[in-house]
Amino acid sequence: MSNLSLMVVLLALMAIAYQLGMVRSRKVAAVNPGLRMHSRPHHYGMMVGLWAVLPAFFILLAWNWLAPGVIQGMVMAQLPPEIAAQGSNELRVVMRRIANLAGNFGVVSDAQNWELAAAAYLQALNNTSKLLLTGIMAAIAAAGLLAAIRNINPQLRARHQVERAMRVLLVLCSTIAILTTIGIVLSMVGETLKFFSFVAPADFFFGTTWNPRFSTVGVGEQGSFGLVPLMAGTMMIAFIAMLVAIPLGLMVAIYLAEYAPAKLRNTAKPVIEVLAGIPTIVYGFFALVTVGPFLRDMGMVIGLDIRATSALTAGVVMGIMIIPFISSLSDDIITQVPKAMRDGSLGLGATKSETIRKVVLPAALPGIVGAILLAVSRAIGETMIVVLAAGNSPSLTANPFEAVSTVTVTIVNQLTGDNDFASPQSLVAFALGLTLFVITLLLNVVALVIVRKYREQYE
Amino acid sequence: MTTLTETPSNKNVSGQPGAVQQKVKASLGRRHRQEKLFRGLGLSAVLISLGLVALLFINIFAKGLPAFWQSAITLDIYFDPAIISISDKPVQQAAESDNDFRKRHIEWQTEIGFINFNRLILESLKQILPDGAAYPRDLQRIVTSGERFALRDMVVKDPSVIGKTLRLKLLTDANIDVWLKGNIDRSLPDHQQQLSARVRQWADQLAEQGRIKNSFSFALFMNPDSRSSLASAGLAGAFMGSFYMMLVVIILAVPMGVAAAIYLEEFAPKNKLTDLVEVNINNLAAVPSVVFGLLGASVFIGWFNLPMSAPIVGGLVLSLMTLPTVIIATRSTLKAIPPSIRQAALGLGASKMQAIFHHVLPLAVPGILTGAILGIAQALGETAPLLLIGMKSFVASVPGSPFDQSTALPVQIFLWQGNELRNFFETRTSAAIIVLLCMMISLNALAIWLRKKYEKRW
Repeated sequence: MSNLSLMVVLLALMAIAYQLGMVRSRKVAAVNPGLRMHSRPHHYGMMVGLWAVLPAFFILLAWNWLAPGVIQGMVMAQLPPEIAAQGSNELRVVMRRIANLAGNFGVVSDAQNWELAAAAYLQALNNTSKLLLTGIMAAIAAAGLLAAIRNINPQLRARHQVERAMRVLLVLCSTIAILTTIGIVLSMVGETLKFFSFVAPADFFFGTTWNPRFSTVGVGEQGSFGLVPLMAGTMMIAFIAMLVAIPLGLMVAIYLAEYAPAKLRNTAKPVIEVLAGIPTIVYGFFALVTVGPFLRDMGMVIGLDIRATSALTAGVVMGIMIIPFISSLSDDIITQVPKAMRDGSLGLGATKSETIRKVVLPAALPGIVGAILLAVSRAIGETMIVVLAAGNSPSLTANPFEAVSTVTVTIVNQLTGDNDFASPQSLVAFALGLTLFVITLLLNVVALVIVRKYREQYE
Repeated sequence: MTTLTETPSNKNVSGQPGAVQQKVKASLGRRHRQEKLFRGLGLSAVLISLGLVALLFINIFAKGLPAFWQSAITLDIYFDPAIISISDKPVQQAAESDNDFRKRHIEWQTEIGFINFNRLILESLKQILPDGAAYPRDLQRIVTSGERFALRDMVVKDPSVIGKTLRLKLLTDANIDVWLKGNIDRSLPDHQQQLSARVRQWADQLAEQGRIKNSFSFALFMNPDSRSSLASAGLAGAFMGSFYMMLVVIILAVPMGVAAAIYLEEFAPKNKLTDLVEVNINNLAAVPSVVFGLLGASVFIGWFNLPMSAPIVGGLVLSLMTLPTVIIATRSTLKAIPPSIRQAALGLGASKMQAIFHHVLPLAVPGILTGAILGIAQALGETAPLLLIGMKSFVASVPGSPFDQSTALPVQIFLWQGNELRNFFETRTSAAIIVLLCMMISLNALAIWLRKKYEKRW
């Protein structure tokens, strides 16, 4: 049986075992009228269900983890010696061919006799493995079920067992977040190290030309992987975005928090926050089709040569996207400034704007800086707007009207092209990703620490 | 106080109009102007931001709404038995096994595959365009090439149509749609036009006769993507892909996120480890989405050997991305539920598990749902990680399971915006964006409604 149907069967078994356990516990209670059962009937049901299903489920997991390797080893041992003596890469190709033959996937042309034999062997092994797995799981599930049912007695602390299992489940779920981070770091570090075996780290971090070329067989023609132009493009776009988003976002936050009547605040705030919910691909399209041509025409009027897809276009649209990010975070922070500080300033005769500029904003400054850092980290990691609107030209330029390229755009380009997954052309995406991850991580940690300190200050 | 008599402020209090007071008075005009200016700046920032929201929506809707209607031509198609000469549709015999019958059926379909259904369309066009017979090449450009398969499917479904004449509405070529809607400059010289002068004149003539009409484009919703027949390219495949991914997110991210939040908020001891988990979750929420794509490419595809371009991988990646959102939302909901509820349950003898699952969690459901819906909406619009796990490839069929190749709605938008036939696909892309935005807005509205309806202040 396939894994999926095995799991469905396990679920069904769990439901049956639950019922059996409940029935059994009621019977036991009826037989011993003098004794009080320790737990409620459904606890016994759940306990029996867990005993029936969990051990079998672990067997399923372990089997799927170990069996493919064992089977592959057995098939390899059967291969003709001259084939088995090949390098690991060639062997992988051979095994892929055999697996395709065994699974009737696609027609492998001119299959050799030994290949057909190996495929038949593989198929037989696979079938045996599945049968064996089903048998073992059935035996273990039955044993668990019977043992648990026979074990039911008034002293059995079924609820404690069930609750312990649930607690373990909760703990497992909360470790997933950590596992994700570890997965991100491990996978990227591994691939990055592979990349650094092709290109020296110094050439990567300090190289000023980005020209990866295509995968080449030879080692001499490798192309250059310089991070500097990409980083410069990323920073330029993030800077332009901040030029748009900080003044607008901050003024919106100040106005809505300090001046606006409740009615305006209650409507304007959610409407502006709509901007944060729009998918970035929509912004990218908006930049490409509307904003880019508009900026180019404006440039022509003034006499500037602005490309339709340029750092400016991407930056402006990204700034629009980030406005609600800055405005709602700053809004929270400004409203947290104690009222007494405002009253003190107003009482001394300062006008409202003077109070805001000289009392409220300085008090809120750390929090606002934190919000801005979070926004910068978002701008650096943003992908779709720049993929569509930045022009994708990895040249080192200080002119915002020119097309540029960024780290994120390059990650997408390098991994979605026709490159071999093990070539430096693809692996560089992971090195770029790791760089991006580290930068945004630092920004986030600093920002979170600042914001948290600030909150504690006024709580 | 006596030491202060020298200070200027004290002089004011004494009632004598001192130099400082005059200075203050003189500055008042300037300061009030500044106040007005500052206030005006704030208001204009709000107005600009609101204007930008309006501009974005008006722009997309103005472009995309016309694409929900598409030109189609009404033709009388005669299913000529001379052209469609095939044997009868096979019927399963009593003694025949399923396999044999399937084989015969496939043979029959192969036979149909050789029939030139395009000729049916051309013959019918010749009836209404008498001068068309001399220019078959131009005639071919009126009806989009995908429609011949629609005719084939009609025959496969019901062979009794052979020999009959049916009045059918067929989609015109994408270029005709562009020409009739005025999405291309009509005054452009001939060599810059996509269609020859003759076809353009025919199109105008047919539109005048009422043969070509703008009708609601079911193709946009019912068809998968297409490259050979651009006019019949639709969102069905992308829609199903997104649906499967959201299913995976709902099955994985929501329960896991809620479980993690319950543990962290209710059970976890306050120590260094839980602090680390907390910082970690906050960080994950801010990790760029493209990094999750890299994780998916190397872990799910590279290590676990899951299929490329499949919604299951996309769903897993998006689940990991949504997890922090769900955890954070659930934790803040749990935090807002007063401890007295827990204490009351514990005081009556419930175990901690029972207190939480029977008493706290039901009260937290609206808040958890709101957070989950917002997380799902965010996952629905995500594009970048999906590009990295291969969902960028062109898929011309509707996926039947989460393990089939597929695209997703936002990726379809990305693919369409890059199509060479800009005049047609700019509006088509905007229409796809409208569909996506409508889905996201309804999800968000649902979340707001839930929050309004069940919100409880303790």
